[in-house]
Amino acid sequence: MDAEQLSRWQFAFTASFHFIFPPLSMGLGIMLIAIGVAYLRTNDTKWRQLAFFWTQVYGLIFALGVATGVVQEFEFGMNWAGYSRFVGNVFGSLLAAEGIFAFFLEGGFLGLMLFGGNRLGPKLWLGATTVVVFAAHFSALWIVMANSWMQTPDGYKLVTSNGTTTAELTDFLDVMLTPSFIPHILHVYVASWMAGAALVLSVSAWYLLHGRHVELARAGLRLAIPLFAVLAVTQVAIFGANQAISVTNNQPVKLAAIEGLWNDDSCAPLFLAGWVDESNQTTKGLSIPCLLSFLSYGSFDSTVQGLNSFNSDTWAPVNLSFQAYHLMIDIAMLLAFFGLVAAALYYWKDKLVRFRLGLWALVVSVVITEAAIIAGWWTTEVGRQPWVVWNLLRTEDAVSTTLTSAEVGFSLGMFVVLYAILLALFLFLLNGKIQRGPAELHDVETVPEASLPDSFREIFRRRGGRADTMPAGKPVGSEETKP
Amino acid sequence: LTLAEVWFVLFVLIIAGYLILDGFDFGVGIVQLVVARNDDERRMVLNSIGPVWDGNEVWIVLGGGVLFAAFPPVYASLFSGFYLAFILVLLVMILRTVAIEFRSKQDGRRWRSVWDTIFSVASLAIAFLFGVAFGNIISGVDLNQSGDINESLLDLLNPFALLVGLTAVSMFAVHGLLFLAVKTVGTLEERVRRYTPVALAVFFLLINVTVVITALTQDQISHRFVDDYWPFTFPGAALVAFFLCLRLIRIGLDFFAFLASAAMIGLLLASGAAGMYPNLLISSTDESFNLTVHNGAAANNTLEIMLAFAVIGIPLILLYTSGVYYFFRGKVELDADSY
Repeated sequence: MDAEQLSRWQFAFTASFHFIFPPLSMGLGIMLIAIGVAYLRTNDTKWRQLAFFWTQVYGLIFALGVATGVVQEFEFGMNWAGYSRFVGNVFGSLLAAEGIFAFFLEGGFLGLMLFGGNRLGPKLWLGATTVVVFAAHFSALWIVMANSWMQTPDGYKLVTSNGTTTAELTDFLDVMLTPSFIPHILHVYVASWMAGAALVLSVSAWYLLHGRHVELARAGLRLAIPLFAVLAVTQVAIFGANQAISVTNNQPVKLAAIEGLWNDDSCAPLFLAGWVDESNQTTKGLSIPCLLSFLSYGSFDSTVQGLNSFNSDTWAPVNLSFQAYHLMIDIAMLLAFFGLVAAALYYWKDKLVRFRLGLWALVVSVVITEAAIIAGWWTTEVGRQPWVVWNLLRTEDAVSTTLTSAEVGFSLGMFVVLYAILLALFLFLLNGKIQRGPAELHDVETVPEASLPDSFREIFRRRGGRADTMPAGKPVGSEETKP
Repeated sequence: LTLAEVWFVLFVLIIAGYLILDGFDFGVGIVQLVVARNDDERRMVLNSIGPVWDGNEVWIVLGGGVLFAAFPPVYASLFSGFYLAFILVLLVMILRTVAIEFRSKQDGRRWRSVWDTIFSVASLAIAFLFGVAFGNIISGVDLNQSGDINESLLDLLNPFALLVGLTAVSMFAVHGLLFLAVKTVGTLEERVRRYTPVALAVFFLLINVTVVITALTQDQISHRFVDDYWPFTFPGAALVAFFLCLRLIRIGLDFFAFLASAAMIGLLLASGAAGMYPNLLISSTDESFNLTVHNGAAANNTLEIMLAFAVIGIPLILLYTSGVYYFFRGKVELDADSY
């Protein structure tokens, strides 16, 4: 393979791995806010116990997200210098805005969130958590904005000087609100919240199956079940559908590729699963007749354009994008089914907690939600090929010309080994955390809750911080090692 | 003053923010194995930066984003030209991040000592690699007309760059020790204070050698100083900050000594930047290939909108970042939820 091919694989690999973590951060963050609100309203200590537990899990997920996130920013310049020169004016400013407005907020308040349990009263702790979660969403907003610009570029002009063409900014509002942006960001947010709710469902179901922490597990279900059911159903019916319509309108050749539609069809079928034979230009599989026409244009006899209506040098890898897309929608439908059944059993005389098979389905729900999210990104990114910026810049012209295949081969190999180790350690530590379960409050609370500052006035009035409330001269590090 | 010049200054300030803030995180990591001898002491060292290291690291992410947006050709040439060096930077950055997070998650002795070692070595390696990169940037690289840098990893590890790398390590070690003096107590603090003069002496020696060699061998830089004279303000002020720092340590004003060290780091970076100006990347083959503030900047529309972002965003960042530092001020205390 040459340096370009290797760079494609490296970017696909590192971005896919990175994108395991941000949706979990956003979604689990929403769950933590719900837990914090529940505690403030009920004063029931089980919510406080859950807040300590899930905040620690959040820290672990966040660390992996940060560690693998910097790689993405560096790779634009390292592997895709042609791309960086071409889009820097536009795309770079969105990344810089993400840094200025979102990352500092997130990074700055993270310490208060992770270590807030013993330093802030419940209201301020929830406040710090809310700021971090808001910042995580804000950061995703800028990134999805930048990605949407690559799908449907707008608000720019092309300028050529000394033989180099660059995209220059003309209207920043148009850059921010390109036609694909709104459906895209809503789709991403809902998927992320599903992942967070699924993580809580998964762990709670595991505890119920093993008869441990039963009361806490029930509390987890109480928050996560209705949220997950509503999100999973609306993701299929509204947000995912809107995203598909956006692709239909803005990138018809991409729609043809991800649906494996070769010729124009006035009753285009929607595949549930299948296989594309690219050399014979056929697609076989299980399909519902005319449904694609209906979903795309609202009537069963609308014509959907096939790949042959477009120049073949603008086709994405058809089977790969087809498979990624159908993996995503099949999982999405399965999750909507899970959500509905779980909610029905839960609210119908509490049957869910005794339905072991159903609980096992919830245990795996987080893994398949993540799989659908990654498949969704493969759909949108592979489906955009051969372009890196839609209709403006081809991926093959975006690569750094100075790289050798040995260099990129080395770095790709390094990332594969490093990320495999990180994933193994992440799962090992996450599993350890889950198996130990939420600690008793008296084990995690080193300071009585009532003595913690719970308003800004209290923070800034107290001199020397927490030291006032601690016995003087307490030897440092006298506390037992971390549980 | 053009927009591109404003962004040159802002970029230098952002990198200074990174070196000052994440710099003490590196420094703490570099000295950790030496000053902290048991698990409690190591946890103290780790938790001294615990609530803030992540926010500090954001400065480099911002620096990368700003370089990408404000100087796209420089970002593209630098990152693709230093490919393997940046891969190593990424490797040690990732290892360092997960070492902080993973270390205290398990009780085992071996588990913790392995992650302590990774944290320390990775901190040292980042400081060293940034020094090496800086050395290559001020000494110029094989940059051709189309903006391609043709340097292998071994070319980048030339003697001058290695010297700058060692100087950077010693500088951050000093900075980290001064931070630890503020944050720690007991025998750990005593050990920190014992090692501080050693680190200061090593740093003072190395920085002077670096400055002399730069003046003698790096013509493009030294000409800037001799032609205009005003750039001498920066190294001069850095020298004053260094002696001020010594004085403040002697009279026991630890926090202000730390601030003096922060100022010195910013001024040393500014000295390099003043020597570079208006160049951002110096070509060792032909001066006309240099990427400068003028031929390497983005168009004015982009620079304007970014300036608006900076004017709104950066004061807010400084405000809540200082709020967080104020909240976590004072000596480190270990909790059940600490690292």
